[in-house]
Amino acid sequence: MVAKLKKFIENAGWPRIIIGLFLVSLYIAAPMVNVKVLTSLSDTLVRVGMNGVLVLAMVPMVQSGCGLNFGLPLGIIAGLLGATTSIQFQARGLAGFGFAMLVAVPIAVALGFIYAQILNRVKGEEMMIATYVGFSSVAVMCMAWLLLPFNSPVMIWGYGGSGLRTTISTENYWRHVLSDFLAFGSDTSGTFYVPTGMFIFFFLMLFLVWGFFRTKTGTAITAVGSNPEFARASGIDVNRMRTISVILSTVLGALGILVYEQSFGFIQLYMGPLYMAFPAVAAILLGGASVNKATMVNVVVGTFLFQGILTMTPSVINSLLQSDMSEVIRIIVSNGMILYALTRKTQVKR
Amino acid sequence: MANGEPLLRVESVGKEFFGNRVLADVDFSLGHGEILGLVGENGAGKSTLMNILFGMPVIASTGGYEGRILLDGKEVKFSSPFEAIDAGIGMVHQEFSLLPGFTVTENILLNRESTKYNPLVEVFGERIRTLDRQGMKKRAEAAISEIGFSIDTGTFAAEMPVGHKQFTEIAREIDRLNTKLLVLDEPTAVLAESEAEILIQSLRNLSSKGISMIFISHRLQEILDLCDKIVVLRDGRIVKETRPSDTDIFQIASHMVGRNVEASSASRPSRPDTEAILEVDKLWVDMPGETVRDATFSVQRGEIFGIGGLAGQGKLGIANGIMGLFMAGGSVSVKGLVIKLNDPAHSLSRDMAFVSEDRRGVGLLLEESIDWNIAFTAMQVQDKFVRKLLGGLVKWRDDAAMRAATQEYIKLLDIKCTSHKQRAVELSGGNQQKVCLAKAFVVGPDILFVSEPTRGIDVGAKKLVLDTLRKVNEERGTTIIMTSSELEELRSVCDRIAIVDNGRISGIRPAAAPATEFGLLMMGSEPAVAGSDVGGGDA
Amino acid sequence: MIDMKDNIKHFLISNSVPIIFIALSAFAIPLSGFSYGYLVQEMLTRLARNSFLVLSLLIPIMAGMGLNFGMVLGAMAGQIGLILVTDWSVVGIPGLVLAAIISMPIAAVLGYVCGNVLNRAKGREMVTSYILGFFINGIYQFVVLYLIGIKGMLRIPFTGMDIRIPVTNPQLVLSRGYGIRNAINLTGLRHALDNAFQFNVPFGSAVIDIPVSTYALIAFFCVFIVWFRRTKLGQDMRAIGQDMAVADSSGIAVERTRIIAIVISTMLAAFGQIIFLQNIGTMNTYNSHDQTGMFSIAALLIGGATVSKASIANVFVGVTLFHLMFVVSPMAGKELIGQAQLGEYFRVFVSYGIIAVALVLHAWKRYQERERSRRGLRGEA
Repeated sequence: MVAKLKKFIENAGWPRIIIGLFLVSLYIAAPMVNVKVLTSLSDTLVRVGMNGVLVLAMVPMVQSGCGLNFGLPLGIIAGLLGATTSIQFQARGLAGFGFAMLVAVPIAVALGFIYAQILNRVKGEEMMIATYVGFSSVAVMCMAWLLLPFNSPVMIWGYGGSGLRTTISTENYWRHVLSDFLAFGSDTSGTFYVPTGMFIFFFLMLFLVWGFFRTKTGTAITAVGSNPEFARASGIDVNRMRTISVILSTVLGALGILVYEQSFGFIQLYMGPLYMAFPAVAAILLGGASVNKATMVNVVVGTFLFQGILTMTPSVINSLLQSDMSEVIRIIVSNGMILYALTRKTQVKR
Repeated sequence: MANGEPLLRVESVGKEFFGNRVLADVDFSLGHGEILGLVGENGAGKSTLMNILFGMPVIASTGGYEGRILLDGKEVKFSSPFEAIDAGIGMVHQEFSLLPGFTVTENILLNRESTKYNPLVEVFGERIRTLDRQGMKKRAEAAISEIGFSIDTGTFAAEMPVGHKQFTEIAREIDRLNTKLLVLDEPTAVLAESEAEILIQSLRNLSSKGISMIFISHRLQEILDLCDKIVVLRDGRIVKETRPSDTDIFQIASHMVGRNVEASSASRPSRPDTEAILEVDKLWVDMPGETVRDATFSVQRGEIFGIGGLAGQGKLGIANGIMGLFMAGGSVSVKGLVIKLNDPAHSLSRDMAFVSEDRRGVGLLLEESIDWNIAFTAMQVQDKFVRKLLGGLVKWRDDAAMRAATQEYIKLLDIKCTSHKQRAVELSGGNQQKVCLAKAFVVGPDILFVSEPTRGIDVGAKKLVLDTLRKVNEERGTTIIMTSSELEELRSVCDRIAIVDNGRISGIRPAAAPATEFGLLMMGSEPAVAGSDVGGGDA
Repeated sequence: MIDMKDNIKHFLISNSVPIIFIALSAFAIPLSGFSYGYLVQEMLTRLARNSFLVLSLLIPIMAGMGLNFGMVLGAMAGQIGLILVTDWSVVGIPGLVLAAIISMPIAAVLGYVCGNVLNRAKGREMVTSYILGFFINGIYQFVVLYLIGIKGMLRIPFTGMDIRIPVTNPQLVLSRGYGIRNAINLTGLRHALDNAFQFNVPFGSAVIDIPVSTYALIAFFCVFIVWFRRTKLGQDMRAIGQDMAVADSSGIAVERTRIIAIVISTMLAAFGQIIFLQNIGTMNTYNSHDQTGMFSIAALLIGGATVSKASIANVFVGVTLFHLMFVVSPMAGKELIGQAQLGEYFRVFVSYGIIAVALVLHAWKRYQERERSRRGLRGEA
C-alpha cells in the first residue's frame, strides 16, 4: 500500500499532487465562503472548452522532440488573421466561423513550415528560440495590424486613426456559435451552463490528434521524439517528421484561438497573444506531460486542473482572505510547473 | 632503483563485474625510470587494470578489486583519480582533454595555475588570487623542454596540429612536480609516423630522468622500440611477461590473440562459392572514432562474413556507412545494383537490415514498448503492421498484428519480459539485444549487418544470439555480415573474416586460418612480411 | 591582398549586427529630426543609466551559462531595497548605499537559488533562467503586494507574531493598508548618484550634462571585470565555459563555480537596477524589472556579443546603438508613415527579434562547428 502510494507520487510528481489537492480543497472550501460550486464548475467548464485546443497544440511538438511549444503565438497570429478576414468579409454565424478557420489554416501551415525550418537548424535549443520567435512575430504583427488594409468599421479605430483596434467584438459575427450549439442552460442566466458545441469540437480535435498518432506517420513522429537516431536508422527523415509536427501544432494553435475568441466574444490584437503560450504550456505539464512526452489525457486533465485553479482562486481565496491573490497564484503555479518540468533529471536524450 | 624497491608493484590483482571475471591474478612490477609496454586485445582487461590503478569510481561502485597495489613499497587504495594524481600518477588519454580556447600554457597549468596574492584574498578567499602569467609561462616552458620538444606556449589549442596537442597533454602531467608514473593510453594512435617518432624519443628522454611509464599501444613495433619490459594480457590474465630483446612482433601477436592457436573448435564446414551479393569498392565512412578510409571487399550470397580489427580502426564504420548512418562515399552494390549512400531509407529498401553496436543510442527506443521497438522499422520501410483505412488514405497502426509478431519473437528468442508492452529500458542488456535482432528479423532482410552482437551480455544470451544468427543464415539463407571485437567469436561463426586496420581492409582470411595470422593483420603487418622477418622465430 | 580581403570580410561578418544597426541609425536619425545635441545628451544619460545592468551579464557568459535571463532576480532585489529606503526616508547617497546594502543579501540568496536550479538544467540554462525569472516574479509580487504594509494583518497563528514587513509611508502603501502602490516616486533618491559629481560641457548651442560620478562607478566596475578575468576564479569560469567535462576532470568545482558566477551576476544586477532607477526617478513596482532583463540582453547582443562571447566594448556599443534606435524610431516612424505607434512597435520588434536572431545564429553556428569538426576527422577518400 505504502509502496503503491510512493510509486504514484513518484509518477505524478509532487507539484501535480499539491496542485491537485489545492484544487480539491478549493472546491471543498467554496460553499463555506458562499461561492456557488455549480457556477464555479460551469465557469471552469467554459474555460476548459476555451483553452483546450490551445493546450492540445502543445502535443505534436512535444511528441516529435521539439519541446514545449513556446512559439504558440505564431499559430495564434494565423487564427487572428482568419478572424479579422472573416469579419472584414462580413461572414457571420457558423459559416463565418468556418470561413475564419478556412483562412487561418493555410496561413498556419505556411507559418508553421517556416517556423519548422528554423527549429530544425537549432536542435536542442528549440524552446528558448521558439519563445523569441513567437515574441518577434507578435511584434511584426503589431506593425501589420497598423498597416493592413482592413476597413470594416467594426474593426478600425473610430475617428481619424488608422489600423485595427486592440480588441474587436465578435458579437454580431460568430460569438458563441460553437459554445451555444446544443448547450445546457445559458451563460447569462447564471445557472449551470455547459458549452456543448465547444466540447464537441474539442473532443473532435482530441480524437483527430489521437488518431493521427496511431497512424504510420504519427508513429514515426513519436519515434523521432523518443530517439531521433533510432528513427533515422529506420529510414525516417527526421527533419520532415519534425516539420509535420510543427505545422500541426501551429494549425491547432490557429484553431484554438478561434475557439477561444468565439467563446470570449472578443478578438485581442497587438500584444494580446504575447504571453498566451505560457498558460498552455503550464496546463499540459500540470496534466502530467513531460518535455518530450504528452498524451490526450495530459491535455484534458491538465486543462481542467489549470483552468480550475484559475476560476476557483479568485472566487474562493478572495472571499477567504479579502484580497485578490489569484494573479499571484497563477504566476507562481504556471511558472513553477514549467520550472519543475525543465529541471527534472530525466532529460531528453540526444 | 634507489632503494631496490620498485616504484609500482601490482600483486595478484583481480576484478569481477557482476559475476563476470575480467581480471585475475595480475602480477607485475615496475622500477624507477622503467617503461612497461602493456598489450592485449580489446576486452583483455587493460582499461580495467588502469581504472583500478587510477581509483576510478566505477571500480569501487561495482565492489572494488582483489589484490594489492604498492607504490614505493606502500599499499595504496585510491578512491578517486585525484588521489592517484596526488600520489604521483599521471595519465594521458587517447582523446584529448584540452580546452580549445586556452593557450598551451593555460592548458598545461589547468587548475594548477601560479597565482599571486592580493588584498582581496583576505575577504573572498584563495580563489580570488590573481594569475601570475609570467610564472605560468616559465613553468609551461620548463615542462615542454623537459619532454625535449618546443612549442610556442601562446598558441591556442584549437589551432594546433594533433601532435602538438599530444605533447601538451604530456607536458601537463610533467608539470605536476611529483609525477613519478605516467600512463599513456594509445598516445600515438592519432599521430603521423614522424610525430610518433618524436614522441617516442621524448618518452625515452623522460624515462632517463627517472619517470616510469606504462605504455599502452597496439603498434607493436613501438612497444618493442621503447619499452624495457612487455606484459601481454589476455582474458584478464597475464599470459606473457618478457623483455623486447627476447621476443618479436610475431610472438607478441600470437600471445595476444592465441586462445586456441591450433584451430577454432566450432569453425564451420567449408561451403561452395556462390555469386557475390554485396560488393564494396573504395568505401570511406566518416564515423567519428571509427573512420573507414578505403575498404574494398565482396560478400557471397548465403555467407557469414566477419569483420574484425582493433578498436578505433574503422571496422564498425563499414556497416554504419553502408546503412547510411554516417557520411560515406565510394561504391556499394547489392545484388549487382549500386545503392545510394547516405540514405538509410534507401539502404533498408534494398533488403538490408542492421543491428547497431550502439544498442541504447541507435538500436532501441528505450522509452517505448517492446512491440514498438520490434515492429517500427518494418512498419516504416515495408508498410507491415499497417491497416489501410478509407481506401489507403489513412495508414492505421495495426496494434494486434504488432502484438502477435512480438509475442512470436519473445518466444522464439526467449526474451525475458513481463509483457510485449514492457518498456525497452527496463530489459537487461541481453534481452535488449534480442529485441534488436527481432527488429531486424521482422524486416526479413537478404543481408543482415550485425555489429558487436554479444557486447555486454551474459554467456547464456551470447550463445543464444550466436546460435540464432547461424540458424537464420541456414534456414532463411540470409547473408550475415558480423562485426565484432572478439576474434574467437568471429572465428566460431563466420565463413571468412576481414580484418580492418587504419581504415583499410588489411586482409581477408577463411575463419579456419591460424589466429596469429589474424593477430598480425590487426597489427597492420602482412603476415608474409612479418613471417620472413622473424624467420624461424615461431618454430 | 587576398588575406586583406578575407580579413575585411571576416570583420564585416563578425560585426554584422552592430554594422546593421549603425546603418539603420544613420538612416533614421535625419528622419527623426532630433538635434545632435539632444541625441548626445540622451545617449550619455542612457549609457550612465543602463551600462551597469548590461555589464552584469558578462560573467555568466564567461562561465558558459549563456545570457542570464535570471538577472531580473537581482533587479527585484534592488527594488525591494529602494522601497524600504524610501519608506525610511533616507535620501541622497546614503539612501542609495543603504538600498544597496539591503538588496545585496537578497540578491545573493536569489542568485544562489538560481545557480542551483541552473545546475539541474545544464544545457538549457537560458530557458530555465527565463522561466525562473517569471516564477520569482510571482513570489516578488506576493511579497510586495501582501507581505509589506502597515497593518499587522498577517499573523502567525497562536503566536500573534506579525510577519509583515512594516512599511508605513502612505505614499508607498495602497489605501487598503498593505501592498505597495504601482508607481513610486523616488524623490529623495532621484539623480542622487548622477548629481553627486556632474560636469557640464558646451556642445554647439546646447550644454550637455555628464554624470561623472555614475561613469566613475561604471569605469571602476569595468576595471573590476578586467581584473576578475585574471584571477584564478575567472580562469576557472573561462575553463568551465569552454568544456565542463574537462574542467571537472581537472578538479575544478564546476557546479560551485557556476553558482558563484550567477550570484555575482545577480548581485550586480541588483546594484545596476538601483543605479537605473535613481536616474529614472520613479519606480514601477510591478513592471520595472520585467523590461530590465529583455532590454539589457537585447542591448548586449546589438553590441555584437553572442551567447558565448561578450566583451566590455560590446556593452557600450550595444547600449548606445540600442538606445539610439529606441529614441529615434518612434519619431522616424511618424515621419515615414505618419504613425509614431509604428516606430514604437518597431523597437519592440527589434528587442525581441535581435534576441531571436542571436539565439538562432548561436545554435546554428554550434551545429555547423560540430559538423566541421566531424569533417576534420574524415580520412582522405
